[in-house]
Amino acid sequence: MTEQALQVQEKKELAQKGEKTVPARYYVPATDIYEADDALTVVMEVPGVDRKDVEVRLENDELHVEARLDVSKYDGMEPLYTEYNIGHFSRTFSLSQKIDQQQITAALDDGVLTLTLKKVQEAVPRRIEIK
Amino acid sequence: MAFAFTDPFETLFNFQQALDQLRASAWLEAGVSGQGAFPPLNVFRKDHDIVVIAEVPGVGKEDLSIEAKGNAIRIAGTKRIAFRDGTSVHRRERRNGRFDRTVTLPIEVDAEKIKAECRDGILAIFLPRAERDKPRAIAIN
Repeated sequence: MTEQALQVQEKKELAQKGEKTVPARYYVPATDIYEADDALTVVMEVPGVDRKDVEVRLENDELHVEARLDVSKYDGMEPLYTEYNIGHFSRTFSLSQKIDQQQITAALDDGVLTLTLKKVQEAVPRRIEIK
Repeated sequence: MAFAFTDPFETLFNFQQALDQLRASAWLEAGVSGQGAFPPLNVFRKDHDIVVIAEVPGVGKEDLSIEAKGNAIRIAGTKRIAFRDGTSVHRRERRNGRFDRTVTLPIEVDAEKIKAECRDGILAIFLPRAERDKPRAIAIN
């Protein structure tokens, strides 16, 4: 992969069905999704979020991820100059594959949340032998 | 505290509004290079000191280099994204690449005491104001 100069991605504010009822702003985390034969990997950028403040739910083939920011870390800080805003992160995906609920794993490193969603056995493509 | 209890959402919302109001404020004057370049920076005051905070998700300590010269702070590094082989990409929103930007602060900084921390994808640089630059209360005779 060539290394180009990195541009800033303006944070996208959450605007979708199922809007939040609280006034605070939510942001949509930048996400990569890739698929292997046996699993789907979802990689999300949630800078500043603690491990304990991440919530991942899977229901009705919808994957909900909510990552909350601990604003108390900013106690006593008076902004002087800003280029970005902060807020909780929230995103929902409709999954087209059957996922094994029991086998979802999550890891959080350097503000990057990696979810590995194992497909249920029947959804794994099988190679059919031709006799 | 002024209230018996505070709603954390209220706190966040008020803080978000405060951050919005200072979007690219004049405080740094011409002291910021490459506005709109990565990483986006927020500058705060905490007591007498200045804290520069940047969001650098996916950038580890080893991929970052922070340099200070006088009042200028240089933040450079590389953001890498590892893709596994044998997968098909459905969605690609994260970006990778090099970055390099410099901020010049309009105050005097004690270069010896600058500290930087990088945790959970947040880079925080603590810049203590130089003792001789701190405002002094003048006694009125």
